[in-house]
Amino acid sequence: MQVKTYAEYASSGETPEVLFWVGCAGSFDQRAQKVTRSFVKILNHLNIKFAVLGTEESCTGDPAKRAGNEFVFQMLALQNIEVMNTYGVKRIVTTCPHCFNILKNEYPSLGGNYEVIHHSTFLQKLIDEGRIKITDTATFKGKKITYHDSCYLGRANEIYEAPRKVLEELDAELVEMKSCRTKGLCCGAGGAQMFKEDEKGTKRINIARTEEALESNAQIVAAACPFCNTMLTDGVKSKDKQQDVKVFDIAELLAAGQGLETINL
Amino acid sequence: MFTIIQIVLFIVLCSVAGYFAFKGYYFVYKNIMHGKSEDLSGNSSERLKNLLLIAFGQKKMFKNITPAVLHFFIYAGFVITQIELLEIFIDGLTGSHRIIFHAVENISALRSIYVFTISFIEVASVFVFIATVAFLSRRWILRVPRLNKPELKGFPVIDATLILLSEIYLLACIFSMNTADMALHNGEYGFLVSGFFMPLFAGCGETCLHIVERSGWWGHMLGVLALLVYLPYSKHLHILLAFPNTYFGRLQPKGYINNMPEITKEIKLMMDPSAVPPPVDANAAPVKFGAKDVFDLTWKNLLDAYTCTECGRCTAACPANQTGKLLSPRKIMMNTRDRLEEVGRNRDANDGVWKDDAKSLIENNYISVEELRACTTCNACVEECPIMISPLEIIVQLRRNLVMEESNAPAEWNGMFTAMENNGAPWQFSQQDRLNWKNG
Repeated sequence: MQVKTYAEYASSGETPEVLFWVGCAGSFDQRAQKVTRSFVKILNHLNIKFAVLGTEESCTGDPAKRAGNEFVFQMLALQNIEVMNTYGVKRIVTTCPHCFNILKNEYPSLGGNYEVIHHSTFLQKLIDEGRIKITDTATFKGKKITYHDSCYLGRANEIYEAPRKVLEELDAELVEMKSCRTKGLCCGAGGAQMFKEDEKGTKRINIARTEEALESNAQIVAAACPFCNTMLTDGVKSKDKQQDVKVFDIAELLAAGQGLETINL
Repeated sequence: MFTIIQIVLFIVLCSVAGYFAFKGYYFVYKNIMHGKSEDLSGNSSERLKNLLLIAFGQKKMFKNITPAVLHFFIYAGFVITQIELLEIFIDGLTGSHRIIFHAVENISALRSIYVFTISFIEVASVFVFIATVAFLSRRWILRVPRLNKPELKGFPVIDATLILLSEIYLLACIFSMNTADMALHNGEYGFLVSGFFMPLFAGCGETCLHIVERSGWWGHMLGVLALLVYLPYSKHLHILLAFPNTYFGRLQPKGYINNMPEITKEIKLMMDPSAVPPPVDANAAPVKFGAKDVFDLTWKNLLDAYTCTECGRCTAACPANQTGKLLSPRKIMMNTRDRLEEVGRNRDANDGVWKDDAKSLIENNYISVEELRACTTCNACVEECPIMISPLEIIVQLRRNLVMEESNAPAEWNGMFTAMENNGAPWQFSQQDRLNWKNG
């Protein structure tokens, strides 16, 4: 898989079009790594000159900040900003809404000013420009897809349509869950909940959301966030529905539509 | 003579009510001023737009159509009734009777406008009555879940019911006043709804009608004054504070959480090996991170707390609350206000200087650590609030205090913080492996 780092670009005197911010989940989580690879396949297929920071990338600090640890957040943020400003980064694309939100909204006042794009918007623009050609229509024929709104994409940054437009490209029927868009129910991972046990209650949040997803009768649950993806995958498994319902990222689905990826439904 | 007594009584009652109302509102103002300063000036055109659309226009209410329409009836009825209230007030001050009507009764165009206006108010009042009954039944018969949560037990539910009953009381007063007045003048005013009620008083003599008319007039006036005095102690204060609160509402995307400048300074010193730390000012107050009590929140957070009308849309939308966790965003706002009022009473009892009571907003029967931990920062509460209140901003500031001042975090979070510091990721993976995904 062809992936160049910013350091490699810099040493060859070239400038990439965009920095792909992979994020911690995309780098280390096995499920999210697949999403990273699907997205890179699309970028490479379209000959988009992108770079990653590789070992120079650190966590954006989002879970620490939301948990209340501003120290750890700012330490990481200032390091990341130093790296990116040294390379002269102008545009960033990321597959993680948490990275997207914090890079876009909270880095500027610390000295990190970039054009930050979530991959849903990035892919939607490529579609609008006519650069994405759907070749595989068989995979999605007669299937229903339901899109789960990520809080950090939706309410936090009012991106509701871009991921849906990406999914509309596929030859499948897009159905909505009971709560969607501004009323979308959280998957339960945000605010650093991903990294700790739930407080006691009657149900886990990801189960509540999974129930809504199953009620939609879709065979595919589309996510645009690695944490939502994990939460919903776990939810589907705990409902023992993993044979009938699959959770995918919009990048994986679009890569499959372009014949760059095979997915098993 | 009788008129003079009435004028004097009216002025005395208004003054007494005015005095107590002033005390109440001044208490609220002083309390809000306990908050940390925050500059929310600028962007006035955008802010004005929010005020007009969201407060005046009730834009966000209309996401939920049934309560929105019912609420609009009461809101519109309340605003339009102020015209008749103005006449009542002038009549009270001058001892006149329907001063505006008598000023215009011989000018037919103006007289029609007057009759139309009062009739319009009467029709609006009928809608207010319908909406009030609907609201009472939503709370007491239909038992809408968000109006029956544990945090409403006690005063909050009494407060809500009292406000609704007082609406009905005020309507009863104004209709008995208008109907008796119509009957006394053989219907010559031509008011629409009270004309319809007139047969009810068919058996009443002139004295009886006079008594009913005066009772309605005084009853209405007294009800209005009582509400004015009561408002600062009630959740109903939103009818005033919704306006400044939407004007000063957040303009950034909801995902934004402010960066703490005091921490940026420290980290920059830490990262720069050649940096010389600034001289320590021995007299400076010790820096406290995050919020432990109402003093550490901003004045806008405290204004939010006073603006909250406890409708519970936030709590109904909260994923933690929906799945049985203790967290309720509405309770965050109610607890903040309750603690702030406790602080205010303490201050007023101690010659205007707050005396440390060894309590804070965290625990002490206010906001528990368990509640704070359960938040997913999903912004559903912020999105739902019809008047731009942010429970999330308070939650994050309280979390900062727990983590950075009290080192109070779940073990998993401490592990996560350490991993982030050492490995640059919330998990214990080596930073050198960050590109390994491409080999998959």
